Amino acid sequence: MPILNYLWIIPALPLLGSAINGLFGSKWPNKIINAVAVGSTGLSFLAALEAVREFTHLAPENIPWVQQYFTWIIAGDFRAGFDLQIDHLTVVMLLVVTGVGWLIHIYSTGYMAHEGGYYRFFSYLNLFMFFMLILVLAANYVLLFVGWEGVGLSSYLLIGFYFLRKSAADAGKKAFIVNRIGDFGFMLGMFLLFKTFGTLDFVPLFAKAAPLPADPMGHLGTFTVACLLLFMGACGKSAQLPLYVWLPDAMEGPTPVSALIHAATMVTAGVYVVARSHILFTHAPTAMFVVAIVGCATAIFAATIGLVQTDIKRVLAYSTVSQLGYMFLACGVAAFSAGIFHLMTHAFFKALLFLASGSVIHAMGGEQDMQRMGGLSKKIRWTYATMLTATLAIAGFPPLAGFFSKDSILLNAYQSEHGGRILYAFGLLTALLTSFYMFRLIFLTFHGKPRYDEHKVHPHESPKSMLVPLMILAMLSIIGGWMAAPAFWGGPDYFAKFLEPVFAQGSIGNAETAETTAHALETPLAIVAVITALLGFAMAFWLYLRQPGKPEQLAKSMRGLYDLLLHKYYVDEIYAALIVKPLLWVSRSVLWQTVDVRAIDATVNGIADGALDIGDGVRHTQSGNTRSYAVWVVIGALVIIAIIFWPYFRPTTVGAVR
Amino acid sequence: MVPTHYYLILSAILFGLGVIAFIFKRNIITIFMSIELMLNAVNLAFVAFSQALNKLDGQVFVLFVIVVAAAEATVGLGIIIMIVRNRQTLNVERVDLLKL
Repeated sequence: MPILNYLWIIPALPLLGSAINGLFGSKWPNKIINAVAVGSTGLSFLAALEAVREFTHLAPENIPWVQQYFTWIIAGDFRAGFDLQIDHLTVVMLLVVTGVGWLIHIYSTGYMAHEGGYYRFFSYLNLFMFFMLILVLAANYVLLFVGWEGVGLSSYLLIGFYFLRKSAADAGKKAFIVNRIGDFGFMLGMFLLFKTFGTLDFVPLFAKAAPLPADPMGHLGTFTVACLLLFMGACGKSAQLPLYVWLPDAMEGPTPVSALIHAATMVTAGVYVVARSHILFTHAPTAMFVVAIVGCATAIFAATIGLVQTDIKRVLAYSTVSQLGYMFLACGVAAFSAGIFHLMTHAFFKALLFLASGSVIHAMGGEQDMQRMGGLSKKIRWTYATMLTATLAIAGFPPLAGFFSKDSILLNAYQSEHGGRILYAFGLLTALLTSFYMFRLIFLTFHGKPRYDEHKVHPHESPKSMLVPLMILAMLSIIGGWMAAPAFWGGPDYFAKFLEPVFAQGSIGNAETAETTAHALETPLAIVAVITALLGFAMAFWLYLRQPGKPEQLAKSMRGLYDLLLHKYYVDEIYAALIVKPLLWVSRSVLWQTVDVRAIDATVNGIADGALDIGDGVRHTQSGNTRSYAVWVVIGALVIIAIIFWPYFRPTTVGAVR
Repeated sequence: MVPTHYYLILSAILFGLGVIAFIFKRNIITIFMSIELMLNAVNLAFVAFSQALNKLDGQVFVLFVIVVAAAEATVGLGIIIMIVRNRQTLNVERVDLLKL
């Protein structure tokens, strides 16, 4: 089995591409840079496909397939190795990351063609691929954390790609700092796990954890604390309440970056970590409940903000936050495979939405405000068709991908023991809002009368390199969910079946009875979901096409609510007032102007000044006059003689002799 | 037999004269000679003690001092010749380039 023994090749290829482009690319024409960047990720995708093909032939006892390449850290009992592993969960992530990543690389060659720093962009993008692949392939928490931090770094570099624009540089810093808060929790979680189990390798760690009794509900045991800490990290990376604030700002980066990092792959890393640690989470029902609540709250919270945003990419950003909330909701109700399923379908349709919005922005010559678009459907047909597909998918219309994954999550939420009906209700409401704001986006952008200056802006269709990835992703958005389709005819959910070897172990509860009730519930819940999606569509249709003046009237009549949503619940302002300002005040007036300037600087400068003063005083003894040196020598000799003979000249001694 | 303390007093006087000349003379050769004078004053004390205590150590020391003084004389005179060549003077007051 060749490639399974050389798993490191899959992440190494993009790293090589990144290094080549980063070191030599500045002088090269775009064609060579394209070949290196797209070629390395394409080869990585092929290697991943081959690895998956070989993986399917592995005997079940060899799964997860772990490869230990070298020991990285060793200290006492602690060992962290460069170990890669592949199991069913990794397979899904691997294909999503390399496949979608490759398509976005191809798209970027068209989108970024006229931008400065072309080689820099692809070097960063390849670097991101490397770290993301390390993250999904890692066989222990430490290596996973390397990838985790690495994608954060790449994300920072790419958000701040247009670093001459202050808002972009600030957004990059914001993303980095907010993520740091989450990473703090993640590291504490790792420490706690190591202290408890003595290892951070997934296989032995989970094997040790599985037979232990679960923490009772509402009890803060080791499992619960460790899981909550890990979830804190996941909240930062996957933009959940209260650490979601960086993601909307991250839209300052180029659009392909938003598609790859801030929609399809990196932000789902938190979901992946929770799913990867599912054995720990199933032992901590309290932590699970927190995950479900946070996910549900984020889903509806971000969806309401998305209703009123006018920047096309910001709508999609809030939509991403909201959909990530869905995934956490699924994980929180122990439906890990549903969460991963939604992660995959979301990667398809949200990457497509971002790329299509990039195509729209490209066509409009850089315009992002939907209020200055409209009527584009005839000018850019392919972009329109693909974006509509993705919208139908995210809104949850059958038989597109989003319908199946969202339905699976809602079904599992409904069946949850702890407040399942409430979670379901909020999930359904989010689905309604999602459908509404997505169709609002479509209608504002593509339908109605053009609201841009037709003499200045001439919308034009994007080049083939951008359209082909859009079409492929549109296909995936349609068929991506069909693996779960047979469940509606009483058959098995093939996606869940595929992931069963991972999620079955250590799961608590009676799967058999749940499955029979699930079949009974499946159809009615699906019908409700479709009606909800239709309702959202109808509302958007009526408000934005039939009654074009209506939205403004509504906004006026509910001024307070509208402003609240438009300003994103003033969360940024609250954070600024509660955290950023006090922190800046303490840093500036206490740490800088008092401790640093008055204490540390004053001490250091005082010592230096003192040395200078002493030197200034003493230097006058160095007159350069030889005879004065001679006098000093004599005086020195006399002093030494005086010291040596002092005891013999003491008055008492002299008196005694007399 | 001359008492030992006579020698010591002579030695002290010679040494004192050497020190005074060392401090107050400006001619570099004279300063050099005053150093020799101090060394020889010490030699005299050594020899006197050697005689008084009936030990040879002092005399051995004297030989060492003479050797060191000879070496010092060669180096010192070399330096003096270089100074004279470069500055055409023997006055130490004018050799003050080390001044800060």
